[in-house]
Amino acid sequence: MTEQIDKALAREYEAGFVSAVESETFEPGLDEDVIRRISEVKGEPEWMLEWRLKAFRVWQEMEEPDWAHLSYPKIDLQSVSYYSAPKSMKDKPKSLDEVDPELLRTYEKLGIPLVEQQMLAGIAVDAVFDSVSVVTTFREKLEEAGVIFCPISEAVHKYPDLIKKYIGSVVPTKDNYFAALNCAVFTDGSFVYIPKGTRCPMELSTYFRINEQNTGQFERTLIIADEGSYVSYLEGCTAPQRDENQLHAAVVELVAMDNAEIKYSTVQNWYPGDEEGKGGIYNFVTKRGVCHTNAKISWTQVETGSAVTWKYPSCVLKGDNSVGEFYSVALTRGRQQADTGTKMIHIGKNTKSTIISKGISAGKSNNSYRGLVRMNPGAEGARNFTQCDSLLIGDQCGAHTFPYVESRNPSAIVEHEATTSKVSDDQLFLCRQRGVDPEKAVSMIVNGFCKEVFKELPMEFAVEAGKLLEISLEGSVG
Amino acid sequence: MSNENTLLSIKDLHASVEEKNILKGLNLDIKPGEVHAIMGPNGAGKSTTGYVLSGRDGYEVDSGSVTLDGKDLLEMEVEERACAGLFLAFQYPVEIPGVSNLEFLKVAVDAQRQARGEEALTSAEFLKMAKEACKQVNLPVSFLKRGVNEGFSGGEKKRNEIMQMILLKPKLCILDETDSGLDIDAMQVVANGVNSQRDSERSFIVVTHYQRLLDYIKPDFVHVLADGKIVKSGDASLAKELEEQGYSWLQTEPTEDELED
Repeated sequence: MTEQIDKALAREYEAGFVSAVESETFEPGLDEDVIRRISEVKGEPEWMLEWRLKAFRVWQEMEEPDWAHLSYPKIDLQSVSYYSAPKSMKDKPKSLDEVDPELLRTYEKLGIPLVEQQMLAGIAVDAVFDSVSVVTTFREKLEEAGVIFCPISEAVHKYPDLIKKYIGSVVPTKDNYFAALNCAVFTDGSFVYIPKGTRCPMELSTYFRINEQNTGQFERTLIIADEGSYVSYLEGCTAPQRDENQLHAAVVELVAMDNAEIKYSTVQNWYPGDEEGKGGIYNFVTKRGVCHTNAKISWTQVETGSAVTWKYPSCVLKGDNSVGEFYSVALTRGRQQADTGTKMIHIGKNTKSTIISKGISAGKSNNSYRGLVRMNPGAEGARNFTQCDSLLIGDQCGAHTFPYVESRNPSAIVEHEATTSKVSDDQLFLCRQRGVDPEKAVSMIVNGFCKEVFKELPMEFAVEAGKLLEISLEGSVG
Repeated sequence: MSNENTLLSIKDLHASVEEKNILKGLNLDIKPGEVHAIMGPNGAGKSTTGYVLSGRDGYEVDSGSVTLDGKDLLEMEVEERACAGLFLAFQYPVEIPGVSNLEFLKVAVDAQRQARGEEALTSAEFLKMAKEACKQVNLPVSFLKRGVNEGFSGGEKKRNEIMQMILLKPKLCILDETDSGLDIDAMQVVANGVNSQRDSERSFIVVTHYQRLLDYIKPDFVHVLADGKIVKSGDASLAKELEEQGYSWLQTEPTEDELED
């Protein structure tokens, strides 16, 4: 079976094309001057620049973390360009008609039509291309409901009070090396504000696309759900197929006020590199949400791309009775490496968290779950349930589990279940003996394994995720 | 023996597992509608026969030929053999967690119909068939929603195998020690399921160590497999004989001529 699996991994990465878009790109390198220039092209107010510079100084004192179960050459941050934007975006197109058709074509090719007539009904899209947001759809309709959905670079100008109050409030500048770097150099991303008592009338989504060579993408997303509001947000990401590694270091902050609910779903399909591990995105992401009283944050992620993934979407359950959830499918193949999981920090009384993690490893890949459940002294009656399942395809891959539990409250209950299984020859033979070809069989077995997570995804995404797994596993047997 | 009107024809089949010869010149012809029982001591190659015929990886054919419906079976992939009408009921059915029985069966039936150029069944049509099949093997309809064999008892797994057989409508069914681990009641349910599928077209190979299953599934022929080949063939009465005398007397049989009667 191993040989057949190896053959498998010679699959195509469908989003690997490059768009012929003329860009304005900074020379590679990172110093205070680069940060000033980023701030300048964005026309940022002084306070934003100060915030960036402060972060930069903090970052300079920090060291790249090496505790993850990952092995990759040290990233030379001086060889990365920190800003790249299509030239056509310089004049800030007022409407879709003014947007470079090549940009629209890029998104169309990725299955994300931005042209009004073809737009996916019920989903508003913010399209981020390299360092800038290209288009945000359905904005008027959302404004009617009082919902703000715009590029974060625009929010800095339009809603400075909200930005000043919340940026860095969930993930502090000094949180970690990559987060600090992001604070200094972030370029664009999405900003969402849902007013009190409002149920966001449609799904919000952001599609991130890296196009330019030697650039890093440092996006920043901030979502604030005011008291009693609800929003479901999706993000997707792809990049061209290149021999060089590219860096993606994002920060996502969620704030769920009292009785609010945020559902955040990710389908991550960055270029994973080739069979031998050449190229691919280094994906170092910090995602965290804070839940106030009775609030709920639910992270669902399907991670199939990137050469290296370092990502732990977390919940700080600050308010009493707040709820945190983490549902994850991480698929690695070829030479991909993923170290991903979550942190659930229980602070309030009767807080509840659920972690369902499904790791699938194929080829020569390594897939690790890393999770922390912390019950603070005040977390009276708090509960956590963790289920961590690993599925191995072939015999050259690795699955690892690193669960950390810190309980400082005797009334708190922490449950942890873990399993490791293989797509066995017996299962494959059963399917084939009933007439099912091996590829379909593996995809059926893997989809069955992921079922608990897929059912958490919004409908459109669940279908997409299922398909993505099918493509990812194409040819993985036989 | 002529190939005319023969469903399965095995000629001088030699096969090995991990370089150990298991089948050493197996010959067998099966006509449509016939039920052949293969009995024999442990290690004789009974289960191997089922795996070799269905094309499982690791079961190497060294020489000989096998045709199903006149087509070279040994040239086909596992799933092609299945689509050509070969069905193997497993001795130890495996679990596939999270994949519902219904989904699994629909995918299998769709694949086979597609391979045969037949139109796909609608979900409603299929569900009706599946419910009917459940009833035939005494499984609650709720089993369709459960993961394939997930948490099933031994008896339920075997009934589930027969349900799959009923839905896939194969030409040749190989039952690999389907009676193992079953009590009399469970065996009767399984046997009834099998008997309901007997007709003038469908043939069966019933592999069993014990005669008792053959009280319920009456064979047309009984063969004794020992050391990789058929050493004795007869009608149902041979099974009784074996039950009374065991297999050891066979090894003292002097010549092949005496085995021909």
